[in-house]
Amino acid sequence: MKKTLAVAALMSVAFAGAAEARDQIRIVGSSTVFPFATAVAEEFGKTTSFKTPVIESTGSGGGLKLFCAGVGEQHPDITNASRRIKKSEVETCAKNGISEVTEVKVGYDGIVLSNSNEAPQLDLTKEQIFLALAKTVPSKDGQSLVDNFYTTWSEIDPSLPDVKIEVLGPPPTSGTRDAFTELVLEEACDEFPAIAALKDTNKDQHKAVCAGVREDGAYVEAGENDNLIVQKLEANHDALGIFGFSFLDQNGDKLQGSLIGGVAPTFEAISAGDYPVSRSLFFYVKNAHVGTIPGIKEYLAEFTADKAWGDEGYLADRGLIPMDAAEREAVRNAAMNLSPLSM
Amino acid sequence: MTDMASLMEDRAAAKVISDNLRKPVDWDSPKIARNIKKRYAAERRFKSYGLVAICLALLALCTLALSIGSKGYSAFYQTYVQLEVTFDPAVIDPERTGDPDVIGRANFDALIKQALRDRFPDVTSRSDKRDLYGIVSGGASYDLRERVLENPSLIGQTRTIWLISGDDFDMLNKGYIDPTVDEGDRRLNDKEVAWYNELVAAGAVEKQFHTRFFTSGDSREPELAGIWGAAVGSFYTLLVTLALSFPIGVLAAVYLEEFAPKNRFTQIVEVNINNLAAVPSIVFGLLGLEVYLNVMHLPRSAPVVGGLTLALMTLPTIIIASRAAIKAVPPSIRQAALGLGASPVQTVTHHVLPLAMPGILTGTIIGMAQALGETAPLLMIGMVAFIVDIPGGALDPATVLPVQIYLWADSPERAFVEKTSAAIMVLLAFLVLMNGLAVYLRKKFERKW
Repeated sequence: MKKTLAVAALMSVAFAGAAEARDQIRIVGSSTVFPFATAVAEEFGKTTSFKTPVIESTGSGGGLKLFCAGVGEQHPDITNASRRIKKSEVETCAKNGISEVTEVKVGYDGIVLSNSNEAPQLDLTKEQIFLALAKTVPSKDGQSLVDNFYTTWSEIDPSLPDVKIEVLGPPPTSGTRDAFTELVLEEACDEFPAIAALKDTNKDQHKAVCAGVREDGAYVEAGENDNLIVQKLEANHDALGIFGFSFLDQNGDKLQGSLIGGVAPTFEAISAGDYPVSRSLFFYVKNAHVGTIPGIKEYLAEFTADKAWGDEGYLADRGLIPMDAAEREAVRNAAMNLSPLSM
Repeated sequence: MTDMASLMEDRAAAKVISDNLRKPVDWDSPKIARNIKKRYAAERRFKSYGLVAICLALLALCTLALSIGSKGYSAFYQTYVQLEVTFDPAVIDPERTGDPDVIGRANFDALIKQALRDRFPDVTSRSDKRDLYGIVSGGASYDLRERVLENPSLIGQTRTIWLISGDDFDMLNKGYIDPTVDEGDRRLNDKEVAWYNELVAAGAVEKQFHTRFFTSGDSREPELAGIWGAAVGSFYTLLVTLALSFPIGVLAAVYLEEFAPKNRFTQIVEVNINNLAAVPSIVFGLLGLEVYLNVMHLPRSAPVVGGLTLALMTLPTIIIASRAAIKAVPPSIRQAALGLGASPVQTVTHHVLPLAMPGILTGTIIGMAQALGETAPLLMIGMVAFIVDIPGGALDPATVLPVQIYLWADSPERAFVEKTSAAIMVLLAFLVLMNGLAVYLRKKFERKW
């Protein structure tokens, strides 16, 4: 009898609550933007009378899928993304009644190739990284394409150390991996005539060659957990790791970033756009929810305040690379006016 | 030809056996002695294999406990810095209203910054000041506010107060940051290390038990992050799971064991229950997403949905354990009850169920412990999220202990490494408690026939 009552009470609570309006911002999206968005959300919750937003780390693609599912309080208000929204995603949004979306660029994130600072610092070019990590590489004479045969860095270039190629990096589901593929491998591959020639003859194969990462053990998929890669690099001085700049920033006493194209991954170099492997981070706001869900405008104001995303803001302390003042100003104005994105 | 030969061999063998049978066995013959020795050796070998297996398991357990314990114990302590704070009325309550609302909104951060500047008066440049403010955590101002709200007479006074330190200083004090490496390679520069040394020399740095870790919710500041929010979320989730899966599971088991006719239909049900027990938990997560969120429109990230989903997962475990427990009640008990005129329902509720209860409870608690450690299905229904507020009910957004461990393990700040291990210790403590409860209940209610 008691148990029936308890269950009945629980059920009635469940349904009474479901009918209540949501008074809390819901955010989904990229795991790269997650540490920054959560910092803003916490500050927002502490300094305003609004509830602290709930932020889920779903990945950029998963976040946009949830975001574009519809208007209404069961759908999220904001989604974070470590890449720009795709045209197809804008169309999905529009199909589900979300016509106006505000895009807010947050800043930049660098992707670093890093090793233990007990080992020599590497100075790599994108082409060398491609040769080390791609599944298919041009043969020695450059005429044909063969499976990757390089086993040590010095085989790629005599100036590099004579150690085994061993790179720990994220799996294909990760946004960091997407960006690394796009910014390094796909850019470098057309520098090789044998691969560039494919572009005209066989587009599909060209794409596969450019984005294919070797699976013979030289590239180790170390999972989404960047801290794990950091720990493995400490133990194995011959290995290199691929992860976001904020992890290098936090572990500068153990790790060093490799130079890419002669530029070291420093805060200044990424901010100035000199470091070649960096990407923009975004979040997207559903305009229809502004006014319905309390606090969205105030959250935007908190995120775009200089004390948050400025040069010396608390997001910079967490490893976000800020945009320059003029761009920040422009993005802030667009965000506060909720200027809808047009593609 | 070959048949003939084998037949002859068989005959010869049969003759040897029959001869042996006729002869009495000589137990003292060297052959038998050898044989017995061999058997004893085999026995000893077999025992030692078992012993080695147990030792290996214990070794693995010790390594796990040691690595987690050695990394995590320091999270139970937090560095505090002693400062002289002046509760300046001009900052807290300029018009002397005494109104708690006014005091609550005051800029207590400014008081701490002032105290730090007073402590290190030679720090003047803007960037140095920024570094200086990092000594004390951003959360310390909330502590000050609470102090003043509790005791408004503090306004206007100067007090020596222990304030919670920032995470980098905490890491330095706990020895996780090596001050001897090159300045550019560590999170704290030489000046900050010098301030730290000066404070240590003055006796103004100490480690205190970190109660906040057990009382607050998640935070992006490692020194402010706590496990309580996740623990409460786990509690509500398990409550819903238990409220659903226990009655349903026990009723299903009673029906299948005591009342159901043995036909094709019950056979199919039985096979399906056994199959469901082996289905990967992520599948239940997808089911939960589809049914509870997309069809029933229950709130995302809520313990209700998590509990409903986990209930699906624990149901087969409970049904199987309950059936085994009911089956173990001797038929004589049922026959005696029926013989004395009890109805079948009375037999079950008065005799079979109470006797089967220890087994049922053990199965339920083990199922609950499984649910406590589950993250995969919760990923699908939005419980893998950053949630600061402590959930006030089963409908508020919440996360659970294993998810909190996952989120901290993925955070870049170094201080979260020890938090992760400490959270694992808390989760393990809960699991040990629950399993201990299972053992206790079994021992307490166990009946022997």
